[in-house]
Amino acid sequence: MNLLEIQHRMFEAVMQPLTASEEMQPRNRDGKSMHEVAAEFIKPNDRLSSFERLEIYNRQYWFRVLAALDEDFRGLRAIIGSRQFEVLSKAYLIDCPSESFTLRNLGARLEWWLRSHPEHIQPRAGLALDMVRLEWAEIEAFDGTAEPVLAPGDLLASDPDPQFRLQPHLQLLSLRYPVDDLLVAIRKDDSDGEMASNAISERRKQSRVQKVARQKPQAIFLVVHRVDYSVYFKRVEPEAFKFLKALREGKSLSATVVLAFQGRDIPECRLLGIVQSWFENWSSLGWFCGPESPGQEFISSLGRQS
Amino acid sequence: MPANPFNGFTDFGVGIGLRVPHYQHILAEKPVVSWFEIISENYMIDGGRPLRVLDQILERYRVVQHGVSMYFGSPEPPNREHLKRLKSLVKRTNTPWLTDHLCWGSVDGTYSHDLLPMPYTFEAARHTAQNIREVRDFLEIPIAVENVSSYAEFQVSEMMEWEFLTEVVELADCGILLDVNNIYVSSRNHNFNPYDYVNGVPAERVAQIHIAGHSKFEKYILDTHDHPVIDPVWEVYARAIERTGRTATLLEWDDKIPSFEEVHNEALKANQFVAEMAVAS
Repeated sequence: MNLLEIQHRMFEAVMQPLTASEEMQPRNRDGKSMHEVAAEFIKPNDRLSSFERLEIYNRQYWFRVLAALDEDFRGLRAIIGSRQFEVLSKAYLIDCPSESFTLRNLGARLEWWLRSHPEHIQPRAGLALDMVRLEWAEIEAFDGTAEPVLAPGDLLASDPDPQFRLQPHLQLLSLRYPVDDLLVAIRKDDSDGEMASNAISERRKQSRVQKVARQKPQAIFLVVHRVDYSVYFKRVEPEAFKFLKALREGKSLSATVVLAFQGRDIPECRLLGIVQSWFENWSSLGWFCGPESPGQEFISSLGRQS
Repeated sequence: MPANPFNGFTDFGVGIGLRVPHYQHILAEKPVVSWFEIISENYMIDGGRPLRVLDQILERYRVVQHGVSMYFGSPEPPNREHLKRLKSLVKRTNTPWLTDHLCWGSVDGTYSHDLLPMPYTFEAARHTAQNIREVRDFLEIPIAVENVSSYAEFQVSEMMEWEFLTEVVELADCGILLDVNNIYVSSRNHNFNPYDYVNGVPAERVAQIHIAGHSKFEKYILDTHDHPVIDPVWEVYARAIERTGRTATLLEWDDKIPSFEEVHNEALKANQFVAEMAVAS
């Protein structure tokens, strides 16, 4: 057996799901005894059979990837329950094993996968999907690129219709449920639970279940962003969200304003005030980067366009 | 060898692994530490707090990069995107040498995130050495490969692990990160004498030494990095430095991580052995 054959055989065995009692499967996908498969390339010793030695790696793999997914999607786990989350995680990892050198990217395809496997998140599929999107956005915002923040006055004053670039780490989410509040509440419960007795933990678990059960649809528009290296959730108005989406898509300022306020009958002076306050706020949060700047000149240019 | 081509002719002392629970203490208290080892993959990102902390550490301390996913022995050649990210980090840290494991862990672009053992064959040695050379040529810094703890041996193996390690590093002309805890763990799991291992490696190629704790189970030992270093491992360490001379030494503690002081004090025990070696010689 050459190197490549050994590696393919071992990899297949290591990636094979464990039994319900967290042991290596007795047979491989072709129905062959795993004792025989293992003995073909793994030596036994005086304490462990070939099967048992291979099983150490099989178990390590599953314990590691399941723990990583669990750590990244605590909100989803709270919504669907630990048992259903474990079933979901195993099914997801069978279909979507890691294709990255880092476990950070393990959940990158979870939302996509869940859309074609909604049975794993019933009966709260909408809520669960929103939570997955939020938890993944948080991972992206945590270590995404941050470019130098623009200072007021950096605007290309000569450009009559400037473009503004958002920080690459900024994540824009249109959600059907207020999962931001729910995630904060779940984390608070988890953190309190670490110091609580079993009885108190049980009551907190019930309280979390009740929180989840109480969640009603309520459309929110959320920006997941980073300030001083910490990630925050900030809700914005629908028009502000459209505005930010248009900026992210690289639309010019004039097109952005049109898109954001489409169908709204707002007097020009009020519109100017709204957009100005957005820019002041977002600038202070460091959301803008690139060659253009949301400086005072922008307000002037806005006036010229409207 | 305190300074050799495989550790960039540096003369580092005893360091510890840089871990998240210690960030605040290190940045606030600025303890005296010879050097820190970082897990490269934790900083091969685009931005955010980890890179900010790393930059602050780099202002004050020497840092050496240690990887966990290069998988020199995997069937496919090193991933170019991975190498580009790694090189970018190398430029940031100015690491004098770079280490990763003598193992494999991926097949056809799918990752196990584990350090899977190599079959000790001449074919595997040639393949692995070729990948190490490719990585070194791309990164343009010295590479040292680490022996892993293992729990399985292959039927096809043609030599002992230390003979395989020697074959690979000589074919690749690279250094060794000698993990004496891994030697001890594997020696117990595979019934060999750890001193045969230490005596069998080319001492002049040892760029760095790892020490760590492990967990003992009924039928095998697992490399968990969640305990202090046990005496038998210190004894293997003593023999290692007897052969290599005072060598950059690093304590790994990755789980159930105690306070910074406890980890650092555990690492500094290595100096006792260095002193004893100096007296004896």
